[in-house]
Amino acid sequence: MAPPAQSQRSPSPSQPSGKSEVSDLKLQLRQLAGSRAPGVDDSKRELFKKVISYMTIGIDVSSLFGEIVMCSAASDIVLKKMCYLYVGNYAKVNPDLALLTINFLQRDCKDEDPMIRGLALRSLCSLRVANLVEYLVGPLGSGLKDSNSYVRMVAVMGVLKLYHISASTCIDADFPAVLKHLLLNDPDTQVVANCLSALQEIWSLEATTSEEASRERETLLSKPIVYYLLNRIKEFSEWAQCLVLDLVAKYVPSDSNDIFDIMNLLEDRLQHANGAVVLASTKVFLQLTLSMTDVHQQVYERIKAPLLTLVSSGSPEQSYAVLSHLHLLVIRAPYIFSSDYKHFYCQYNEPSYVKKLKLEMLTAVANESNTYEIVTELCEYAANVDIPIARESIRAVGKIALQQYDVNAIVDRLLQFLEMEKDYVTAEALVLVKDLLRKYPQWSHDCIAVVGNISCKNIQEPKAKAALIWMLGEYSQDMHDAPYILEGLIENWDDEHSAEVRLHLLTAVMKCFFKRPPETQKALGAALAAGFADFHQDVHDRALFYYRLLQYNVTVAERVVNPPKQAVSVFADTQSSEIKDRIFDEFNSLSVVYQKPSYMFTDKEHRGLFEFSDELANLSIGAELADTGVPGHSVEANDKDLLLSTSEKEETRGPSNYDAYSAPSYDSSLVSIAASQTQSDLISSSTTVPGNAPHSSFAIDDLLGLGVSVTPSPAPAPAPPLKLNPKAVLDANSFQQKWRQLPISLTQEYSLSPQGVGALTIPQTLLRHMQSHSIHCIASGGQSPNFKFFFFAQKAEESSNFLVECIISTSSSKAQLKIKADDQSASQEFSSFFQSALSKFGLP
Amino acid sequence: MISQFFVLSQRGDNIVFRDYRGEVQRATAEIFFRKVKFWKEDGQEEAPPVFNVDGVNYFHVKVVGLMFVATTRVNLSPSFVFELLQRIARVIKDYLGVLNEDSLRRNFVLVYELLDEVIDFGYVQTTSTEVLKSYVFNEPIVVDAAHLSPLGPAALFMQGTKRIPGTAVTKSVVANDPTGRRREEIFVDIIEKISITFSSSGYILTSEIDGTIQMKSYLTGNPEIRLALNDDLSIGRGGQSVYDYRSSIGSGVVILDDCNFHESVRLDSFEADKTLALVPPDGEFPVMNYRMTQEFKPPFRINALIEEAGILKAEVILKVYAEFPSSITANTISLQMPLPKYTMRASFELEPGAVGQTTDFKEANKRLEWNLKKAIISYHGFYIVGGCEHTLRARLTFSQETHGNITKESGPVSLTFTIPMYNASKLQVKYLQITKKSGSYNPYRWVRYVTLSNSYVARL
Repeated sequence: MAPPAQSQRSPSPSQPSGKSEVSDLKLQLRQLAGSRAPGVDDSKRELFKKVISYMTIGIDVSSLFGEIVMCSAASDIVLKKMCYLYVGNYAKVNPDLALLTINFLQRDCKDEDPMIRGLALRSLCSLRVANLVEYLVGPLGSGLKDSNSYVRMVAVMGVLKLYHISASTCIDADFPAVLKHLLLNDPDTQVVANCLSALQEIWSLEATTSEEASRERETLLSKPIVYYLLNRIKEFSEWAQCLVLDLVAKYVPSDSNDIFDIMNLLEDRLQHANGAVVLASTKVFLQLTLSMTDVHQQVYERIKAPLLTLVSSGSPEQSYAVLSHLHLLVIRAPYIFSSDYKHFYCQYNEPSYVKKLKLEMLTAVANESNTYEIVTELCEYAANVDIPIARESIRAVGKIALQQYDVNAIVDRLLQFLEMEKDYVTAEALVLVKDLLRKYPQWSHDCIAVVGNISCKNIQEPKAKAALIWMLGEYSQDMHDAPYILEGLIENWDDEHSAEVRLHLLTAVMKCFFKRPPETQKALGAALAAGFADFHQDVHDRALFYYRLLQYNVTVAERVVNPPKQAVSVFADTQSSEIKDRIFDEFNSLSVVYQKPSYMFTDKEHRGLFEFSDELANLSIGAELADTGVPGHSVEANDKDLLLSTSEKEETRGPSNYDAYSAPSYDSSLVSIAASQTQSDLISSSTTVPGNAPHSSFAIDDLLGLGVSVTPSPAPAPAPPLKLNPKAVLDANSFQQKWRQLPISLTQEYSLSPQGVGALTIPQTLLRHMQSHSIHCIASGGQSPNFKFFFFAQKAEESSNFLVECIISTSSSKAQLKIKADDQSASQEFSSFFQSALSKFGLP
Repeated sequence: MISQFFVLSQRGDNIVFRDYRGEVQRATAEIFFRKVKFWKEDGQEEAPPVFNVDGVNYFHVKVVGLMFVATTRVNLSPSFVFELLQRIARVIKDYLGVLNEDSLRRNFVLVYELLDEVIDFGYVQTTSTEVLKSYVFNEPIVVDAAHLSPLGPAALFMQGTKRIPGTAVTKSVVANDPTGRRREEIFVDIIEKISITFSSSGYILTSEIDGTIQMKSYLTGNPEIRLALNDDLSIGRGGQSVYDYRSSIGSGVVILDDCNFHESVRLDSFEADKTLALVPPDGEFPVMNYRMTQEFKPPFRINALIEEAGILKAEVILKVYAEFPSSITANTISLQMPLPKYTMRASFELEPGAVGQTTDFKEANKRLEWNLKKAIISYHGFYIVGGCEHTLRARLTFSQETHGNITKESGPVSLTFTIPMYNASKLQVKYLQITKKSGSYNPYRWVRYVTLSNSYVARL
């Protein structure tokens, strides 16, 4: 409820300051409180309305608490409701006064009118005063058993409210169990829906401390519950349907019949007028068919028309939300949408955030057959009055040119842009021509002819200027004026504010010098001198570097500065595929609209239910491990985050508000790779490296000759016949995928030997120990006394995987194991193998 | 679940503010308003409908100039929240009859009452106007509908045609009629929005009709209703391109690309006789939304031309042809055309005898405006009537020399209009049957059509 911040709010001139009005109201309420005169309820209503209107605009009326409560003893329901509203707003800051209301609320909870019972119970639970919880348990208990569904509906939400005030009171009263019973037995679907919401919230929060709760949370995803809810889905309100569909999207079907049953059942939900229902169903369809490529593609075809209808029928806000999702699908599977490109044409009256999405979609779906029409359309937008969109359109044309093989026509268009003589058009086009030349050097002749005509004076934007200068340097042999243009630019060195441009200028004049030395020598000297005097460190250093290089050997300098270049085949994607997959997994959420996975904009505790967000908060042993210098792959142990190898790149890219995330540090062998990646622009290669990281580090283990044997250690005492592949390979992504898809086949708790606990002071030793038993660690984290490891192993003869989550508490000397397996029948065997390996840990 | 819900006026005043979970600070309304008002991100000037500030997500929808806002820290489904906000606005409108700042302020206690029943602890309980009736006790204070600004589809029917009682659509679902008797009536509105782009040579590049069959029922006892649509209606499925015009030319068959239906609609006999059966809930709701890209005859053709006429001068010629029957009148027609940035002056020349047309050159954004709001054609009567044609000539003066391609610096021309009792798709409600036993029961039934422009554009 509203904290008492209202008093600090400076009232705007149009609003009353409140003080005198409030004392006036107080007086009037007092007079009415005891009165039984006819018509007194009407005057009370008027006064109450005034109080509530003050409350809304932010005037503090909490001083009227006593009077309001006194006045509401009457039976008028309108008055009661206003009183409840008021009490709910101020009880938290006036706990003593709140006690006053308990009495009449409790009495109302037993009223014969179910409306009053429900309302009173709702208000009682909304007081949010911790020391009053004892008064809640009784009324809630009877509310859950009430014969009227309205009261039960309110009571279920009441349980959730109680949980948030005092979790222990709620659990001790065994309310979750009652809710679970109602979930499966209540005839009223809204009661069922509320139970589902409440249980999801309670068990997700409880799961951080209780194994039982996390098991309960998983039973919500079990087949009987999911089927029970699905079979009644049409009885639910459209909002509750979304709730159920959300749950179903996380359900792991047992076989393909299961999948088709669900899809057939939900087929008509795609025709619902409520976009939320359609998108929630779409998510179910997409998630269920992930492993069936053909069907998955059919799903795309099937949802296309309904989504397009939603885009055009809803309010602008709704259509934006749906369009964002369509955008995601188009980017994932452009070929499916390539004949629908006309739907992505911009309309003149659309807001620019919509146009931007559409431009990206047009870029994605362009292929041999539609490029001409799409580019023609985009060229229309280039003259758009909305300048940011005009720019985006030109960039889109450029991107299409870069992804097509046949670029003739597009190059012509781009060159036409240069001739349009609009500043921003020229600027964007220059940048594009530069990129185009990097990919298709064969076009240099045509482009250079046009670019040569552009006067530097008309170009103000640093990016465009840098592009032009780059071309001047790169093609100085073909551009007659190049040395002189560069010279002119160098003369105005001090007026050039962008360091990027000055850097480019240095490099360009060097290149020009190698090609046309006599004409450029003077300019080069001037540029280097200006560079030495530059206040910008990078510019200064580059000038100095070039100078020394030239002094050392001109031929070497040319090889360094102007080596023969290979045409760029693919430009790096700005977003890694891991991030994209993450966003796809979070379909039908804000992640899609923001185009960021949820961990980048949401606090951990609000990550959503069933997010598999992990329990041991703030696990990070990164710093200590780096100190030990032991090779190994350690990342923060949140099993969704930790397996996502891109997370560390995000950290360097910009601040994320995910506070639970602490920057992971790598062992020395990886740090160098990571550092070189982030510093250079070689984004394209960086995506592959982290995925391989675990293996490369193992390889390093071997190379260093640390005495690690990679064959299974000879015959452990109760030698199980299970043979594991010592060189098993599983990349982080597949691990993550599998971990989410597979059910838990075994959960076990296991005691560690004291030696084992002792050895864990350096957690890395465990990884090596397990590896010697052909059990590989894919990620680890934690801090004494709690450690967490993810292991995997593979059967020797077949590619059947075992995945293990192992949480070790050194304080209790216990290890908790969760084992998931492709072949569930072997999991028991594997478990004993794992335990026997673990039991040897720390023994000499 | 959502954390807070509030409604802000255009000036940023809190009209209604409800905190459901107390996990987000109270100052959100101010943070939100400041952010929206001074939005500048990604080079865009308009705030998107949802954004994140310090971990709090702000969703908003604009309804009649008010902002309906929800906040949450959770990663919710955006379409869920937008649908919900729209629905809350509609429920409030159902109760108040008229939704605007004034009616909200006068009825805020009723609105709080509604909000408490619609959402509990951030979770939606019900948005059914009907279910809510049994929980909500405040009587609405009905605001006089006479001074309504013409907003929203309902208001469209109040202009231009006298056949429909203007106040009917602004009735509250709960307010008692002064006469003590409720009038039994039901409104079915077919609202179509046209998007079309003409190429410079007058060809149709893209066209689409987005339609809604909207219903508002004031029938007591919730009888079942049957709505029969065109017999030859078909809904396109399968792989054929939706832009394939050949199949449909001249056949008169209505082919929809796709459609969706309200929860209450039963489609048992839709395949057989194109009939929708439903028990309409109280209040306003869309029975069916549809989308059509089949070729249709556009109500207006536009011809636009800009030519240089000497140094620092150019001439613009705009022609509009109304291509619908002369029995139909269109109103509030307005043409807009962006002119080159260096345009200084524009002088206009209307056709001889033109009355009620206005022209304007908006200096600030270099835009030409031509309104035919009260166009009179001497022999046809008031308003633009089908079958007629209008021309505007404008002479422009520039402050600098043109760079050759003047057509690239201006346009496209956009047209906005409203045509009551007309729909371009030819989708029709053939009959509206109310099944109620009593023979004497014969409520008023209104079936109304209207066509609006969405993005109606001609390129130069």
